[in-house]
Amino acid sequence: MTENPHETPEEERVPRRVIGTPAPAAQRSMLGTQAPPRGDGHGSAAGEPAGAQEPITGKAVKFPDAATARKGERIASLLFVVAFLAAVAFVASYVIFQVGDITRTQTSNLALGGSLTVALLSLAAGLVVWVRLIMPKYNLVQQRHSMSTDAPVREEISETFLRGADESGFVKHKMLRRTLLLAAAPLGLLPLVLLKDMGPLPKTALRHTVWKKGMRLKVEGTNEPIRAADFNSPGGILSVVPDGFETDLNALAKATLILIKFRPEDIKSGTNVNWTHDGIVAYSKICTHVGCPAALYEQTTHHILCPCHQSTFDAADGAKVIFGPAARPLPQLPIAVDGEGYLVAQSDFNVPVGPSFWERGDAEAEVRGQK
Amino acid sequence: MNSITARRRHPLARYAVLLLALSLLGGVYALLAPGGDRADAAIASGRADDVAAGKDLFAAHCASCHGPNAEGTSQPGTASGPSLIGVGAAAVDFQVSSGRMPLANPGPQAPRKRAPEWVNPDTVRQLAAYVQSLGGGPTKPSLESVDPAKGDPAKGGELFRANCIQCHNFVGSGGGLTYGKYAPPLNPATPTQIYEAMATGPQAMPVFNDTTITPEQKRDMIAYIVSVREQPDPGGSGLGRIGPVTEGLVAWIAGISLLVLAAIWITAKKRQVNHD
Repeated sequence: MTENPHETPEEERVPRRVIGTPAPAAQRSMLGTQAPPRGDGHGSAAGEPAGAQEPITGKAVKFPDAATARKGERIASLLFVVAFLAAVAFVASYVIFQVGDITRTQTSNLALGGSLTVALLSLAAGLVVWVRLIMPKYNLVQQRHSMSTDAPVREEISETFLRGADESGFVKHKMLRRTLLLAAAPLGLLPLVLLKDMGPLPKTALRHTVWKKGMRLKVEGTNEPIRAADFNSPGGILSVVPDGFETDLNALAKATLILIKFRPEDIKSGTNVNWTHDGIVAYSKICTHVGCPAALYEQTTHHILCPCHQSTFDAADGAKVIFGPAARPLPQLPIAVDGEGYLVAQSDFNVPVGPSFWERGDAEAEVRGQK
Repeated sequence: MNSITARRRHPLARYAVLLLALSLLGGVYALLAPGGDRADAAIASGRADDVAAGKDLFAAHCASCHGPNAEGTSQPGTASGPSLIGVGAAAVDFQVSSGRMPLANPGPQAPRKRAPEWVNPDTVRQLAAYVQSLGGGPTKPSLESVDPAKGDPAKGGELFRANCIQCHNFVGSGGGLTYGKYAPPLNPATPTQIYEAMATGPQAMPVFNDTTITPEQKRDMIAYIVSVREQPDPGGSGLGRIGPVTEGLVAWIAGISLLVLAAIWITAKKRQVNHD
């Protein structure tokens, strides 16, 4: 099938259709064969038949001049050819660029995405050029009509409903009405029961971590225990996980620590020295603002910076908040060494780690009150 | 065999055996000793000329801030520098070879820059030998101990994500810190410089000493950093490779603008219709 309708007269080819062209005039009805609606005086659509069968002509219609139309045809055809080539390139890329490792997958993604983009974009651009440079231009007025139903129909529906209500005896039979309402009430409340599926109440889980007396500190990543004598360079920092919970993400979400080594003379009064060992201090890594991992440590200023909202803590002074939205210091974990010289926890944190929660109260004041 | 048997009671035999044993011991030690001790050995074994040359370089280029004997200065209002006693040759090599020192302008951070004319591998080695002679400290790693090809990038990536990405970003693009300081991008750093930075903790960076993060683990991390920065960006620009923020910004600003322009083009009216 070639697109060459001008070679032979159209009439001879009526039974055969050129691909992509509409059916002959006699069969032109894309939306079925029903007669167009007749205006019956109730505000329905303006009764004229659709204009598809008669080309719109008249003074207001502006046809593009021949040169513009030719130019448009050339541009649009060029774009369609580009779209064709890009679609072929898409298929070719799928065959040529095999995936396997990261680099090859990246190349394949680029080739597939790029060729498909070019294909679709050229197709769309070609259509727009077609419309803008080849098709005639005119102002088209589309009448709107009232969307409400005719008055008699509305009346009839209303009557039918009232008659049905009356016949059902909904008002007359009190017991029937009340038991029906009774039956409906629990069904309406059923969604509330589903709230239970949101899980058990946290109880005291937010107040405790897995740290307990004698649990060893391990380096995150290597999962090696830390000998206090090995962690001996002032200005050092390690990210620390509890022994036995190295891969338990639920536990780590609360229990991860940062371990910082100070020169003993750098430690200020805010730090509980009884909870340190030889200048080594352990703080919760979980920011007290909204729980991001706060571990951007500057050894010169002893600042711990949280990357999410720039809360800044003074690690030398008990992780006191010196900037940003955090309301509390990072909790300090009491640490010591065991018989083999490895760092261990003395106990759990004495205040809840991480961000505030509804029932938290002033845990710090409670701890102070105990002392 | 007979000749050895015959001479074993020779008066000089005991000295020969002693010498043999000592050189064997020394040789085995030299083979087994960690590569880092080589600079110390060099100083001890008469490369004192390096130390002397380094002292002259130090007096010329460093002493104005770090003091004539590297003890540090802290006069208020003038340029002052910390004591360099005990920082080690690795710190000198890192700071001087990356151009951070000598510092051009005092500020919150010493930026990486082009090293001055006098800096070359020899002068850096001499300067490092001098500072090393003052009080020891981490030494420059051997090339083999920082060879990315010998490291395991997968293990290194795990350590990198645990210890480094909070400041340096997950592909080493760097990031901001407090009060004008920043964690620099790792892309221009050589494997040796990356190792030295971990071992010495330059400027605000914490120290990751060899007893907690072993040299092998450091090499794994170097392998990760090098493998990540060598990954190509097939789409062209990596947008700094800092993740969804820049990518989203480009998608919204460039992408949405293009869509708006396309919508305008599709619906734009030609005025000529109304003229007739």
